[in-house]
Amino acid sequence: MDDSLRELYQDVILDHSKHPRHFGPLDGATNTAEGHNPLCGDRVKINLIVDADDRIADIKFEGKGCAISQASASMMTDMVAGRRVAEAEKLMGGFLHLVKGEDAADLTGDDREQLDVMAGVSAFPMRVKCATLAWHTMKSALEGGTEAAKTE
Amino acid sequence: MTAQPKIISAGLDVAAVRADFEILAKPVYGKPLVYLDSAASAQKPKQVLDAMRVFAATDYANVHRGVHHLSAQATDAYEASRRTVQTFLNARHEGEIVFTKGGTEAINLVSYSFLAPRIQPGDEIVLSVMEHHSNIVPWHFLRERQGAVLRWVDVRDDGSLDIEALDAAIGPKTKLVAITHMSNVLGTVTPLKEIVARAHAKGVPVLADGCQGAVHEIVDVQALDIDFYAITGHKLYGPTGIGALYGKRAHLKAMRPFNGGGEMIREVSRDVVTYADPPARFEAGTPPIIESVGLAAAIDYMNSFDREAVRAHEHDLLTYAREALREFNWLRVIGDAPDKGAILSFETEGMHAHDVATILDREGVAVRAGHHCAQPLMERFGVASTSRASFAMYNTRADVDALIAALAKARKILS
Repeated sequence: MDDSLRELYQDVILDHSKHPRHFGPLDGATNTAEGHNPLCGDRVKINLIVDADDRIADIKFEGKGCAISQASASMMTDMVAGRRVAEAEKLMGGFLHLVKGEDAADLTGDDREQLDVMAGVSAFPMRVKCATLAWHTMKSALEGGTEAAKTE
Repeated sequence: MTAQPKIISAGLDVAAVRADFEILAKPVYGKPLVYLDSAASAQKPKQVLDAMRVFAATDYANVHRGVHHLSAQATDAYEASRRTVQTFLNARHEGEIVFTKGGTEAINLVSYSFLAPRIQPGDEIVLSVMEHHSNIVPWHFLRERQGAVLRWVDVRDDGSLDIEALDAAIGPKTKLVAITHMSNVLGTVTPLKEIVARAHAKGVPVLADGCQGAVHEIVDVQALDIDFYAITGHKLYGPTGIGALYGKRAHLKAMRPFNGGGEMIREVSRDVVTYADPPARFEAGTPPIIESVGLAAAIDYMNSFDREAVRAHEHDLLTYAREALREFNWLRVIGDAPDKGAILSFETEGMHAHDVATILDREGVAVRAGHHCAQPLMERFGVASTSRASFAMYNTRADVDALIAALAKARKILS
């Protein structure tokens, strides 16, 4: 099989897409945003509870999409839950570098290890937007924006 | 050099056709290209590319302007292209063919110049749920700006149009029926003649989006008695940047100009402007001259084959693919209307269309994945997106076999 395909559709990604973590509605959300990828019509909704410490106490996502977008949303929610907002935004910066095939030196340790499975996306430029949709949407929610997040 | 194996299908020498399309010999990721996205844009035969190159290299200048030799040559070529389109659609007069930059502009022209001045708040436009966005959004403009009401006609579960439902939607306030000739998602071919007869019986004009229909059906606007018919060049094996609107002469003469600029005027002074007669009235600015030559060459190319044989060949591919897909119980074909055209859209259980298309792509198989600029239709069938394989005269049963094999592989990877 094509190596880049195996890179893209690794078991971890397929597992996240089929059994997404943090999937569903969230009661008492303090921040909410919806993201839309006009290319494919995919939508994602991110709900967060940000506490007085500026910490993401809980995060959930809803929506339908391709394996890449679902896995990305699932991994993201898994990783940012419990972190401070600033840390989550820093993580996003590193993630964006990673999936675009750029230098992701700002991703270190466990974060790098966990997100490494998404690095294969960089070989598929048409699919980068699928991977980034949830992250852009989370950012938009954290910024309190009411407009739908876009993938560009 | 090895001899091309002969591929004869429905009387069409497909191997000879394929030899005209240089791009089909270009590998993708080291695999032979299997191009099943002609409904988005068709590939171009060398006859089209050569005609454009030769024209640009030997006869090119601006049209309808200079008195010099080349300008006269270019004007002759441009107007000859118009006559080629006229014959292709069997229009009565060459002045009934307006060159546009594509099908979208052709429909927007009708919306702006024909319909907008006739719309009062509450007036209705009847359209089907299987329209492409290019035959939806121009009417939404009239809803937003002038209070027009869009009356949607549903399709049956098999994707066919219910003519009685369409008839029932045409009421005393209907100002236009806007309908596709062939759905870019379902492949459904609409009974245009019957639609026009029903609409005209109530005094309502009809516009057909022929961007797909003109490729696969033989169009006779006089026999259809249709008011407007829009086509685009790039789906007809021609270049991008050109399309055409057929409009009945009486309509075109009564219509206000669209874009303003050179060539569309009779006289301009500081205080007054008067407009040229159609079609020039609607062709402001330097038109797509080289592209018009390419479009005419594409039509000539299509006409160099028995078009019924081409149709039969494409239908054979559709039937062959439809049968082969039955072995996948995880795949649902959307659109099974009788006598549909060679477009196959499908939903894959547990697999998103974009994931499927990515895997197919790495096998050299190009399909379209997404909403196909037909979101109301996606909503009608309860899907966010589909994969779509579309067949053209240069496709073969081997292409279908490659599609089936790649789909099996996608299933293996994704499940």
